[in-house]
Amino acid sequence: MSPAQVEIQLIAAITAAACALPGVFLILRRMAMMSDAISHTVLLGIVVGFFITKDLTSPYLVLGAALTGVLTVSLVELVHRTRLVREDAAVGLVFPALFSIAVLLISRYAGDVHLDTDAVLLGELAFAPFNRFAPFGSDIGPIALYLMGGILLINLFFISLFYKELKLATFDAGLAASLGFAPWLIHYGLMALVSITAVGAFDTVGSVLVVALMVAPPMSAYLLTDRLSRMIALSVAIGVVNAILGYWLAHLLDASIAGSMASMAGITFGVIYLLAPERGLVALARRRARQRWEFAMTMLAIHLFNHEGLPEASQENREEHLSQEVRWAPDFAARVVSRTVEQGWVQRQEGSLNLTELGRQRAKQAIAG
Amino acid sequence: MDILKVLHDLVFDYTLRTVALGAGTLGIASGALGSFAMLRRQSLLGDAMSHAALPGIVLAFLLTRAKTPLVLMAGAILAGWLATLFMMSLLRTTRLKQDSVLGFILSVFFGFGLMLLTFVQRLPDARQAGLDRFLFGQAATLLERDVITMAALGGVALLAVLAFWKEFKLLSFDPEFGASLGFSMNVLDVILTTLLVIAIVIGLQAVGVVLMSAMVVAPAAAARQWSDRLGVMVVLASAFGMLAGVSGAVLSSTVPHLSTGPTIVLVISAIVLFSFTFATSRGLLWAGLRRLRQRQWLQMEGVLRDLYLLARQHDDSQHPHSQAVLQAMNPGRAGIAHTLNVLAQRGLVRREENGEWSLSTEGARQAQERIENETQDTTMEGTS
Repeated sequence: MSPAQVEIQLIAAITAAACALPGVFLILRRMAMMSDAISHTVLLGIVVGFFITKDLTSPYLVLGAALTGVLTVSLVELVHRTRLVREDAAVGLVFPALFSIAVLLISRYAGDVHLDTDAVLLGELAFAPFNRFAPFGSDIGPIALYLMGGILLINLFFISLFYKELKLATFDAGLAASLGFAPWLIHYGLMALVSITAVGAFDTVGSVLVVALMVAPPMSAYLLTDRLSRMIALSVAIGVVNAILGYWLAHLLDASIAGSMASMAGITFGVIYLLAPERGLVALARRRARQRWEFAMTMLAIHLFNHEGLPEASQENREEHLSQEVRWAPDFAARVVSRTVEQGWVQRQEGSLNLTELGRQRAKQAIAG
Repeated sequence: MDILKVLHDLVFDYTLRTVALGAGTLGIASGALGSFAMLRRQSLLGDAMSHAALPGIVLAFLLTRAKTPLVLMAGAILAGWLATLFMMSLLRTTRLKQDSVLGFILSVFFGFGLMLLTFVQRLPDARQAGLDRFLFGQAATLLERDVITMAALGGVALLAVLAFWKEFKLLSFDPEFGASLGFSMNVLDVILTTLLVIAIVIGLQAVGVVLMSAMVVAPAAAARQWSDRLGVMVVLASAFGMLAGVSGAVLSSTVPHLSTGPTIVLVISAIVLFSFTFATSRGLLWAGLRRLRQRQWLQMEGVLRDLYLLARQHDDSQHPHSQAVLQAMNPGRAGIAHTLNVLAQRGLVRREENGEWSLSTEGARQAQERIENETQDTTMEGTS
């Protein structure tokens, strides 16, 4: 690996971790689409900030972008509060309008500056190592590394400082308000974090893929755990893994790194969706199958129990009789019987079935509910 | 700008005519289909679908090596459709919410498309040039054959909406009732979503991925304010969409450095803002005026009633009282003097020579009527 490759992977991993942190709360607060809106509208903040400072590397651009993010959220809430349209429509109205203004401002007044829409939407991580951070003349690494590292620290700091408040405001906003926390403060703070992260990240991965980094890893983690702390840790880990694997996928195909990272996020999610221990599709299917067998076995036990010791028992407990009585297909009936025999619920005696003590207990339990 | 010149160019200038026709077509289609999406609370589905179409477009090119609009659009429609199915399955089998799933679909599909696109662009094959205009849209590069494909697809989509009008109406407003009538709501859902995808794909080339989502939401949101009838809403949304498309195309051709896509979006946003403010019955302006008048009327009623109750203690329903007494009955309430003047103008109260106020005959009658109504039927209060 060349030093540039190491640097790119480091930047990718740090960006992914920084995005996953606020992403967890976006998913839990049902605001995932806000990341889409904010990651587009911060462009307006950057453009306006650029017109004021005339400098594309000014730290004030980040401030401007954070303000536009908060502005976006308040505009969406304003439109929503008129009750003329629903919230999702409000999001869909506000962000394309702000984004359009930004694009027009760029094409009309900043055409000759390095601020083109393609770069903003798509990002190019491969170029990140070319911008060096060299205070006092000594080169200590790419700017993007320090920028994203700083944003990651801010996110970590905010989330660990207000962990309890965030948790409460996310899961029980009413209680949080009644205890005197200000849910709206937490809300806007979180939105400001999302904005800052989006600004930092879209330089490297582009605004649409910021959404992938914010949404996909926490979604994967959400299928794996019920604990907030674990969900955060898992999201960061999954994000970092996606970033590294995505880099090598891009290397293999000679394609966009950001696009490959997003594809990798999709693949990871797909695998987890399939194989997650409790909520995965496979686990779901196996649970359903097991429930079906358990139900059938219990049915058989109840059937035998109901007729036990009665005159018709010799008729009712014959294996052939089951397919008529409970309308099971003969081979299904045979498999249910052999399962109950295996489990020691039932004993076969010359073609008729008799409950064991265990089987009787199961039947009684099921009837008693 | 010279209106006649613009009209002349619209008809005779090849580029402007093509762009305007294309933008108009996309406006009509997305307006009509967007109305259904909005009523079904799927406004952001358009956003996800337009992003999800990208890998379909690139894959269609990779497989066929053809850039005919119809092939690429078929790929886009297929991808959008797959995305919808995946989304529905995620919503059904996990506890993930709609917003997460939408965000996931839109960013991951788009990222996958971007990966494919950059992969294709580095192949030694010159035919891939121009695929990237689906990303940002370049209305200026529309050709006549593009517009013909757009119009044909849009026409099919609109005809399908007409053919399934009754069914789609049921699906949008009362799917349970529709199912009880024997319609398969799942099949209808798939058909309607497919039509929405078609409408979105039509617009991708012209305005690009990001701004296409606005064309699904905005015309419908504007039209919704003007009518409670589905038919009127769909027609209006199409008209707004077309108006935005054509005027955006004209504006961007007359003003330099004004790209078509964002201009169209800003025009439709202006239409939305206008509709929110001025729409009959739902508009914010009228609602504000109504609230103001209601408040004024409540204050007038309160003063009339107080005067009446005071006067009744004197066997004379028109016995005068001073403003200070009224103020004492409503501590902290401002604007009593103003209300009294308004009442006087309407002839309901009159000012005596000593500066005290009394009810006129008409005022006394109205106050009495109010109080009697109240005691008879208190439930009517909220509705008046």
